[in-house]
Amino acid sequence: MPRLHLDKPGDYPLAHKVIPVSTYLAVFSALLVLTALTVFVAFHHLGDPWNDVVAITIALTKATLVVLFFMHVKYSTAMVRLCVVAAILFLLTIFGITWSDYWARRVPAIRVQQTTYGVRE
Amino acid sequence: MAADARPHGGIVPSDTHAPDAHAHAGVLQHHFDSLDQQRDASTLGMWAFVAQEAMFFGGLFTAYLVYRFLYPQAFHLGSHQLNILLGGINTAVLITSSLTMAMAVWSAQTGRRKLLTSFLVLTLLLGTVFLVIKYFEYAEKFHHGLVPGYNFNQAHFPAGEGGHVQLFFCLYFAMTGMHAIHMIIGAGILLVYIPLAAKGKFTVEYAHPVELFGLYWHFVDIVWIFLFPLLYLLGRY
Amino acid sequence: MSAAVAARTLRPNYLNAAYGVKSWLLTKDHKRIALLYLGSVTLFFAVGAIFAGLVRIELLTPEGDFVSSDTYNRLFTMHGVVMIFFFLIPVIPAVLGNFLLPLMLGAKDLAFPKINLLSWYVYMVAGSLGVYALIQGGADTGWTFYPPFSTRFSNSPVTLVALAGFIAGFSSILTALNFIVTVHRMRAPGLSWFRLPLFVWSLYATSVIIMLATPILAITLVMLMLERALHLGIFDPTLGGDPVLFQHLFWFYSHPAVYIMILPAMGIISELVAAFSRKRVFGYSFVAFSSMAIAVLGFLVWGHHLFVSSQTAFAGTLFSVLTMLVAIPSAIKVFNWTATLYRGSVSWQTPMLYVFGFLGLFTIGGLTGVFLATMGFDIHVHDTYFVVAHFHYIMVGGTLMGYLGGLHYWWPKITGRLYPEFWGRISAILVFVGFNLTFFPQFILGYMGMPRRYHAYAPEFQVLNVLSTAGATVLGVGYLLPMIYLVWAMRYGKKAGANPWNAVGLEWETSSPPPTFNFDVAPVVDHEAYDYHRNGEGEKKVAA
Repeated sequence: MPRLHLDKPGDYPLAHKVIPVSTYLAVFSALLVLTALTVFVAFHHLGDPWNDVVAITIALTKATLVVLFFMHVKYSTAMVRLCVVAAILFLLTIFGITWSDYWARRVPAIRVQQTTYGVRE
Repeated sequence: MAADARPHGGIVPSDTHAPDAHAHAGVLQHHFDSLDQQRDASTLGMWAFVAQEAMFFGGLFTAYLVYRFLYPQAFHLGSHQLNILLGGINTAVLITSSLTMAMAVWSAQTGRRKLLTSFLVLTLLLGTVFLVIKYFEYAEKFHHGLVPGYNFNQAHFPAGEGGHVQLFFCLYFAMTGMHAIHMIIGAGILLVYIPLAAKGKFTVEYAHPVELFGLYWHFVDIVWIFLFPLLYLLGRY
Repeated sequence: MSAAVAARTLRPNYLNAAYGVKSWLLTKDHKRIALLYLGSVTLFFAVGAIFAGLVRIELLTPEGDFVSSDTYNRLFTMHGVVMIFFFLIPVIPAVLGNFLLPLMLGAKDLAFPKINLLSWYVYMVAGSLGVYALIQGGADTGWTFYPPFSTRFSNSPVTLVALAGFIAGFSSILTALNFIVTVHRMRAPGLSWFRLPLFVWSLYATSVIIMLATPILAITLVMLMLERALHLGIFDPTLGGDPVLFQHLFWFYSHPAVYIMILPAMGIISELVAAFSRKRVFGYSFVAFSSMAIAVLGFLVWGHHLFVSSQTAFAGTLFSVLTMLVAIPSAIKVFNWTATLYRGSVSWQTPMLYVFGFLGLFTIGGLTGVFLATMGFDIHVHDTYFVVAHFHYIMVGGTLMGYLGGLHYWWPKITGRLYPEFWGRISAILVFVGFNLTFFPQFILGYMGMPRRYHAYAPEFQVLNVLSTAGATVLGVGYLLPMIYLVWAMRYGKKAGANPWNAVGLEWETSSPPPTFNFDVAPVVDHEAYDYHRNGEGEKKVAA
């Protein structure tokens, strides 16, 4: 008895999608080029914080390529994409909010408050 | 309202489901209606697992972010102790293994049994090469007294920075170690899958175990894609 | 007629489908796994309750005369660890959720039956490690494992306990993964998202939290164990680390964990309110979405545990505001349940008594949560009994009341037998009275300044502490009674029909106990949840 799937009725996009070999090879070459690029850039001083920005951007690009093509997300269901988005959002949450606490310790205005507030030394 | 006592939709109420009972239904488990449903469910399950894995590594990355922010200089010093050549080679090895894994999935989806087996073997080989190189890197750190909790020598570093460089190495070993454990688990699964693939267990219809393992393998690759610049490439200019 | 009765008794169901230890230990049937969980979870509850009892005995007198301070530290730590990791977190999803989710969805089983069984084994491995740690004397760090005490100074088996928590986490991750996929992919035809019972919504929200938060606890405990075993300095200030980072990571999991514990109970309350008011839950979609809102907001508030842990005032303010936002979806739920009662034909069976208990106690627990979110007030009562009372109102007054209500409501479905209503009501009242007597005095104690986690206290606190211990005794009896009569009912209770409460919901459309594959005819859904006025079910009284 067939079942209705109301997330995406009767639709399994991944089921018979085969990504051509040429795509895989193109992605692979891009990954290698980007790896070389990130090493190359690392040896040149771009000034704070641009080395980090470039390194992270390249890493994110590489990861995106892997996720979209090697992991087939480009051709997958909305739910699979939601998994990816959820992981990214919650990672950003823990990175962002935790970091903001440490960042705030560097900001003089907040430190002054802190002292009068009597929580830290 | 008690339902009538009609037997359960033609399905034998037995708890044993021999996987190779009949050709099409052979791989279909009793509680699914179709192979597509089963495949879709397991793909979603694997993705949920990958999301979970991402959060797992996320804890380490948070620690990295905080300490890098607090002690940028020490992290540069620590990073300079790492072997950028070996790290770079390993990155290339891992990316190549991702390609062979993707090709294995392709072979499974298009029903090329021999090619599938070969690509899985190749993936396993590249994974092993990665781990061997990692072993030499670790050995070097042990040799140079850079292992926190074992023989870390703060005297290598300018006064006041040693403790924080040690922190860098704690994170280096925790992150790459956790990554290596995932590689080893992946290699273990490959060891199971290769003979199955050789026996022709994976067909066009039943390719999803290979696809799901591929997701895991690529995820582990992604972790390294971030680890490499974050650990090896700091302050090289 | 007697032939028909005989036919019904011989009806194959999941309990008589196979016999023997092996048929249970190797089962892939979600209903049997639920019962495996029921047994083990109850066992751990008993262990945790014994620790609570010992703590209350010590606190009868101001002097530390019953146990030493060191033993006392171990008692409250193991009470917390066992109750949180081995009881509260798995209890509703793994027992009632496991049993009911496929039934409510009209599915034959969860999406991954083997993983479901695996999760129970993982849970048992973790539990055994926990028990082994108990034999080793138990940890003394508090269930929060704060470094540097836990990593450098504690002489108790912290690593073992942390490892048990780490492994238990994987058990809940496996369950959550199963639930998420099941809700998405195993629903009966016609069962759209907004026809789902609210218990399913809450289990789904819970699963999302488990999937995204638990791994952070896992990796944090790994770092803690490494630090302790290898003398690293990840969180140790003398080695350059920062203990506050541990607290950030720990509470990123452990605050959402509160919602892992309470959300499923809220789902049960939605089911019970509808069934015993003979009405559709008022504001169905608001209640459904508030579960998701709590799940997401719950991730943004962890820093309110760090108000006095040298977190910056900036972060404190941020977390304070975000924490107060959680009150909104929580209040939406409470108001909607109350509105459901309005002009409903309310009946006072045992499950409904637990609902009323929940509504009152959860409201008190929630409102004191808003007090605590206010930084000024929190600094006054931080680490006092006020906090202890607050979270027990949520955990025990909320989760446990919801669980007991649900257990009574679905007991006829699980076992095919009715529990004795008289004893059910007696124990529900005992639990409510005992609970309030135990924990309300603790609000006052905390406000007066009695700190938590000490085995001795100032003499002026004694009267309230004696009240609290007396209440704990009543509470203990209240918990013991259901353990006895529910087991008794499995054999001697009146036979329950398929639908003893005249309730609507797919789980009531199959026989009690259900057959191995849940439904004789695969159900098709063509109506909303809680549609009590469709076939005149709303006009029928709650039977049983």
